[in-house]
Amino acid sequence: MREEVIVRVGAKVLAPFIITFGLYVHFHGDYSPGGGFQAGVILAAAIALLALVYGLDAVQRVVTPRFVRACAALGVIIFAGVGVVTMILGHNYLGYNALAHDPKHGQHYGILGVELGVLVTVFGVMVSVFYLFAGRRGRTQ
Amino acid sequence: MSAHLPVLQVVVPLLAAPFCLFLRRGRAAWGLAVLASLASWVIALALLRRVLAEGVLSYAIGDWVPPIGIEYRVDVVNAWVLLIVSTIGAAVSLYAGTSVEREVEAPRIPLFYAAYLLCLSGLLGITITGDVFNVFVFLEISSLSAYALIALGQARRALTSAFRYLIMGSVGATFIVIGIGLLYVMTGTLNMADLAQLLPGVWDSNTVKVAYGFLAVGFCLKLALFPLHLWLPNAYTYAPSAVTAFMASTATKVAVYMLLRFFLSIFGAPFSFGVMALDRVLLPLALVAIVSMSLVAVFQVNAKRLLAYSSVAQIGYMILGLSFATATGLTATVLHLFNHALMKGALFMALGCVMYRVGSVHINAMAGLGRRMPWTMGAFVVGGLSLVGVPLTVGFVSKWYLILAALERGWWPVAVLVLLASLLALVYVWRVVEVAYFREFPGEEETREAPWTLLGPTWALVALNLYFGIDAARTADIARRAAEVLMAGIGS
Repeated sequence: MREEVIVRVGAKVLAPFIITFGLYVHFHGDYSPGGGFQAGVILAAAIALLALVYGLDAVQRVVTPRFVRACAALGVIIFAGVGVVTMILGHNYLGYNALAHDPKHGQHYGILGVELGVLVTVFGVMVSVFYLFAGRRGRTQ
Repeated sequence: MSAHLPVLQVVVPLLAAPFCLFLRRGRAAWGLAVLASLASWVIALALLRRVLAEGVLSYAIGDWVPPIGIEYRVDVVNAWVLLIVSTIGAAVSLYAGTSVEREVEAPRIPLFYAAYLLCLSGLLGITITGDVFNVFVFLEISSLSAYALIALGQARRALTSAFRYLIMGSVGATFIVIGIGLLYVMTGTLNMADLAQLLPGVWDSNTVKVAYGFLAVGFCLKLALFPLHLWLPNAYTYAPSAVTAFMASTATKVAVYMLLRFFLSIFGAPFSFGVMALDRVLLPLALVAIVSMSLVAVFQVNAKRLLAYSSVAQIGYMILGLSFATATGLTATVLHLFNHALMKGALFMALGCVMYRVGSVHINAMAGLGRRMPWTMGAFVVGGLSLVGVPLTVGFVSKWYLILAALERGWWPVAVLVLLASLLALVYVWRVVEVAYFREFPGEEETREAPWTLLGPTWALVALNLYFGIDAARTADIARRAAEVLMAGIGS
């Protein structure tokens, strides 16, 4: 597909919009359908699209497998870390009210933080899975 | 800080797991895993002490009050299981340092410890939570990481056995979540204590009975009760030694705990034994498991697989205790959870030492090792005696309570059967001992004793086998209190 101009330009134009839409789904996750999981999958889809059009090697130079794996771990740290922060602030584990004076804002920040962790992990795992399958050199080739 | 102990029990290994991935050196990841496992062991000890002194502890996650939010609820029963899991977790993590370096490729070692800590936190989470859906979530965390751990074994067959376990385990987990879903439909709550209060009102509905059936099959798959045990022997045989020692002493125990918690604490003994006849369903299965699996173990040529079949038989003992439907029987079950973890942990660790030096755990490969590796085989002998149930070991204490419970019900044929099965255990342990002590060492090459980094944790468990075999007052007392809590149900 590397020779098809329309596909190449199309993918290049679409990718930033897909990523923006992913972030939209994340930040509106607490008021409308969506959230970290869906957002992470959408972001991973942008990477998958670029890899399909420009080739796996080109994409892996930008989004390295090491970075992707680090994302998978980092998300868990963010999620559990939010809980630890609320605990240090004197509330129970994941008691978001600790995060702001107004409990309403506290809940908002808390859920955004936790969902950010979900987003990062899901993105990392999805792209890792894609890399693993796309990088397999089949016996028939 | 001490108010947060229930949640820290799970969070410490959970948070340590991703950090293992950032430490690129295997040794550093191991250090972190040891620290986290020891910390959760200390927390479990502190929790048990507090529960024994003060009674039930409750922790509201996210400050949401219990029936609505997720509650972590610690009573004598799960404080006891937490201690079992974290004790084995700490011992295995110390042991893993040397063993895993030999058996797992270097780049994968940080991944190994990440999966190990996730598995540990999953098992601790299942045990500590007071919310049935949370049980399912942690069950998936522990199972998925367990499949990965087993697949890290050296032999290519580790992959197929992990895959088989994945299929069977997922079927089990699906059945469990279907059961939980049906309970939620009938009561509108997921909190265990709340469920226990609301369920008697809907006992008559078929939905609850179907939920009970789904849960029963799901748990029995997870704990490898006799006809549903097929995933277990291969998984234990081909996993890395440290993983086998960990899984054999914790995963099935936690599954038994889930069974006890759901069917006695939530549904209640009157429903389980009176309406659903759980005891009459489990009794024949347990007896068949004990006898047939001991017989199968006798004919194995691989020592690890031999012990794996023995584990299925030992699970039969635990279920047998439950199927007496008495407080004494339950005491035997709860006691055997702990005792079996100690003996199987020690035995599989001793086999890991053999694997480290000899590179094989086939019985024939162990010829003459009694001289060459006296401490390793010594640990195996003591662990084996404990498995048989010789006095002064924990195995004897378990058998004692089981037979006591059988005689209390007047089921003397069952008592005789338990004693006969102990003789079978003697036969299969003897097969290994005979080869190790009474056959000449075949090779010329220098096979030395395993390093102390492996022997230390192994003998620590052996020492616990002997200590709690001689002084069983404490363990038996806790087990009796746990049995009373289980019989009374969660509401009281």
